[in-house]
Parts: sequence; C-alpha cells; structure tokens
Amino acid sequence: MNRVDPATRTESGPTRARSLVVRNLVKEYKAGQPVLRGVSLEIDGRGITAVIGPSGTGKSTLIRCINRLVEPTSGEILFHGQDLAHLRGHALRAARRRIGMVFQEFNLVERLTVIENLLCGRLGYVTPLKAWLRRFPERDVGRAFDLLEAVGLKGFATQRADALSGGQRQRVGIARAIMQEPDLLLADEPTSSLDPKTSVEIMELMVNLAGRENIPVIINIHQVALAKRFADRIVGMSGGRIVFDGPPSALTDDDLKTIYGGEAWLET
Amino acid sequence: MAGDVSAPSPPTDERRLPRASWLVRLGWLALATYVVYAVSLLDITWERFYAGLGHGATFVARMVPPDFSRWELLLQDLAESVEIAVLASFFGILIALPIGLLAARNMMPLWVTWPARALIAVCRSFHPIIVAILFVKAVGFGALAGILALIVASIGFIAKLFAEAIEEISMKQVESVRASGAPFLNVITFGVLPQVFSRFIGFSSYQLDSNFRVSTVVGIVGGGGIGGTLFAAFQRFDYDFVCAILLSIIALIMVVEVFSARLRATFQ
Repeated sequence: MNRVDPATRTESGPTRARSLVVRNLVKEYKAGQPVLRGVSLEIDGRGITAVIGPSGTGKSTLIRCINRLVEPTSGEILFHGQDLAHLRGHALRAARRRIGMVFQEFNLVERLTVIENLLCGRLGYVTPLKAWLRRFPERDVGRAFDLLEAVGLKGFATQRADALSGGQRQRVGIARAIMQEPDLLLADEPTSSLDPKTSVEIMELMVNLAGRENIPVIINIHQVALAKRFADRIVGMSGGRIVFDGPPSALTDDDLKTIYGGEAWLET
Repeated sequence: MAGDVSAPSPPTDERRLPRASWLVRLGWLALATYVVYAVSLLDITWERFYAGLGHGATFVARMVPPDFSRWELLLQDLAESVEIAVLASFFGILIALPIGLLAARNMMPLWVTWPARALIAVCRSFHPIIVAILFVKAVGFGALAGILALIVASIGFIAKLFAEAIEEISMKQVESVRASGAPFLNVITFGVLPQVFSRFIGFSSYQLDSNFRVSTVVGIVGGGGIGGTLFAAFQRFDYDFVCAILLSIIALIMVVEVFSARLRATFQ
C-alpha cells in the first residue's frame, strides 16, 4: 500500500486528497439488527456537511465508523486511496492521524492541562518516551499556542481541563482536532451539551477554523436551524438510511417530516 | 379515579414492597446459630478471663520502665525494617504497574487479562508471613527473604487496585486520544495514566504503610528486621526490652503515617 507523505501530498491538490467515499456501509451492533442499512455518501473534499436525523438513527455510528472508533460490519470507506474499513494496526493509526474528531461531551483528558490536551492531537507523531517526557517538537508546541489563541483561550495553557466551562472545553476540543492538521474533521453532536448562544459561537469557530485550513467537515447535529445556517450540504438520515441529500435551501418541511416523522414538532 | 391520593387502589400482588426472601432470613439465622455454637466450643469462662487480667497486669508491670540500653541493636534492626519496607515497596509497585495494566479488562483482551488476574490472585492468596516462611526456606534467613515476601504482597495489592482503578476510568477520554491516531503506549500515558495517577499514589502510600507494619514482623519467621529481636526478647522474658522495641515500632509507624499522608495530599 502506498503511504502518502503529507509534504508531497499537495501535488494532487487538497480537494482530491481530502475526499471521502462511503459505499454501502452497514453496521449491526447485534446480528440481524442493523443500525446502518447500507449508507453511501460522497464528500468531495471541501465544505461543511451536516448530518441530521432523529436520535438512534445511526448518525453517530456513521461518523464513528469513518475513524473506526466503531467497527463497520460491511461496506467500504475510501479515503486517501485506502479502504478505512479494512485497515489495521499501524496503517489504521496513520489514517486516524489525518482525521480530527470533535466530541459531544468534549472528551478532554480532564486531569491534563489545556496545552497538553491540545498536544494530544500530535500523539500519533511522537514516540512514547518523548510523549511521556512531554518532549514535543518545537513546531507542535508553537502551533498549539497559536491555536489556543485562535480559539480565544490565550492564557489558559496551564489550566487543568476540568477547570473549564463547557464552551471553553469544546474550544479546546476543536483546537485539539485542528492540531492533527487533519484532512477531514468529524464532529459528533459538538453543540448538544452547550447552551444556544455558545452553540452558535462554537459552530462559527469550527467552521471558520476548518475553512481557514480548507478542511472538509462532517458534522452530526440535532438543531436543524444550526445545520441550515452553517452547512453547505445537508444529509438527512432516518432508520439507518439516507433519505435526504442536498443544499440547505432545498430542505423543505416535507423533507423534515420524512426525516423525523410526524409533524406536530414543526408547528412551533 | 386512579390518580386520587386520598383513596389509593387496594394492594395487589404487583403493588407490594419487596421483602427479604426466606433464603436471606435463613442465612442470618444460620450465622447466629453458628456464632453461639462456636463460642460454646471455646470454653470461655469468667475465671479464665479474671486470671488473664492478673497475668496481663504483671506483664505490663514488668514492661515499665522500657529498657533502651541496647539502643544500637534497636536502631540497627529498625534500619533493616525500613530497608525491607522501602525496597519491597519500590520493586513491588514497579512490577505491579504493568501487571495491573495487563489485568484491566477495558484495555486488554481476555487472553491477556486472564493470566494477569491469575498471577494477582496467587500473590494475594497467602498472608505475607506464610510467603516469608517460604522465602526463608528458599533464600535463607535475613532481610532478602522479607523483601521478597513483601514484594509479592505489594504486587498482589497494587496490581489488583491498579487494575480496578483503570477499569473505572472514563473511556471517553481514552477514545479521544485513540482517535488522534496515537499508538497504544501514548494512549496509556495521555489517556489512562492521568485519570488514575492520584488514586495510584493513594494506594501506593497505603501499601508503603502496610509494608512498614509487616516489615516489623517478618523477622519472627526469620525474614529480617526488628521482628526477630522482638521475638527473642519475648522468649527471654526481657519484657522491658520488648517495651522499648514496641515503642520504637510505634514511633516509626507514626512517622511513616505522617509522611504518606503528606504524599497523598501533595498529589490530590
């Protein structure tokens, strides 16, 4: 298999290298009860794709299959010319290094400092001994401080993550994902644990940072309004299948009925 | 009306509070019966108890004043006990760490945890004194036997608690480190250790405490330290010297107690 060096990768253009193709993805946690029933999706290496749909419809599972936090049952996930669904060991870790992830509950290492949490994004590149001794390359440390400033947390470097508020934690979570210099950013309900105002701020931050570095984003999101506001493309899921795929302007109330079922909730 | 509070519906079989089952009640009855039976076997009488008080009084009277004239021997033995406790704690904890990690079921596959747990169970199955007797037979009289015995005890205790602490960590924090493509050892140092470190310091200091206590008795079976001298003094009816030894042990344990409390407070 051909491992692509990040330095030479730009020759083929970021769009080509950063595209993702999911083909016929199936996931069954229990045999015979599929959560994903053959999902196919192409992300062409740019922009914000929002995945909406009711709870339990497999949005999270879909995203987690992409970086293999969840093992897909069958199907293909093509990224960097590799099938992520069948990678193992070193090759899987190498692929994960290029995929950043932002979590619903932030998933910071609570007892580490903010700056150490950011440097977690570089752990795929440092040897265990250097990680243990906190000997990260100067470039990484410099970038970590730059990003900390970019997410509005200048001066928080040596605070422990558990001392931060929810919004601040998610800022760290986003900075950590960007630290990976990812070719794809996955966000799993990044605003569900936050208040409405903070949610918008976090979305803006994520969209801006990803846009600045041309990173395509796939984001699971509950709030349809946020999805419409920030996404270039909306994918609606229901019952483990994709039932809508198009720009936010094309998303009608009828589509929302198909995605979520019922209509009483639409009236308010 | 069903929701009327003043007139609740009549009790039925489904609407009764759970009561202790007959098996549980029978268990309590059996325990009480056995305790009465066991006491009756012991031939405890008031005369015996009264005579015992008299012997005790004589014994205590002969202990004062404590005899510190052989303080050089005392110090030398205490130093050996300290040596046993410190070396056993150091090496015991060092060996226990990897074993505890291997025994944690949330980090390791079954075929690894099973042998690790078996090893821990063996280390814990005998009291340190029994293990000390075995090592005295194996390596001869002296501090080495005591050290080895306490290493075994420390491995059993620390590895078990360390494994349990790891099993209770938040896997979300581990997941996010894993998602960055970090190799396994980096996942351990950044995702796992920060979560268990303060607890680890806690039970390590308890083990140090415990090792100091036991290091003062392994000498009774020939494992070195102050216990041998204590036992000899008892047998020669040198009760004033016995008293001096006991007071020194108390002083030592108190110092250690203060030290380990400080240690725990520092790493909270």
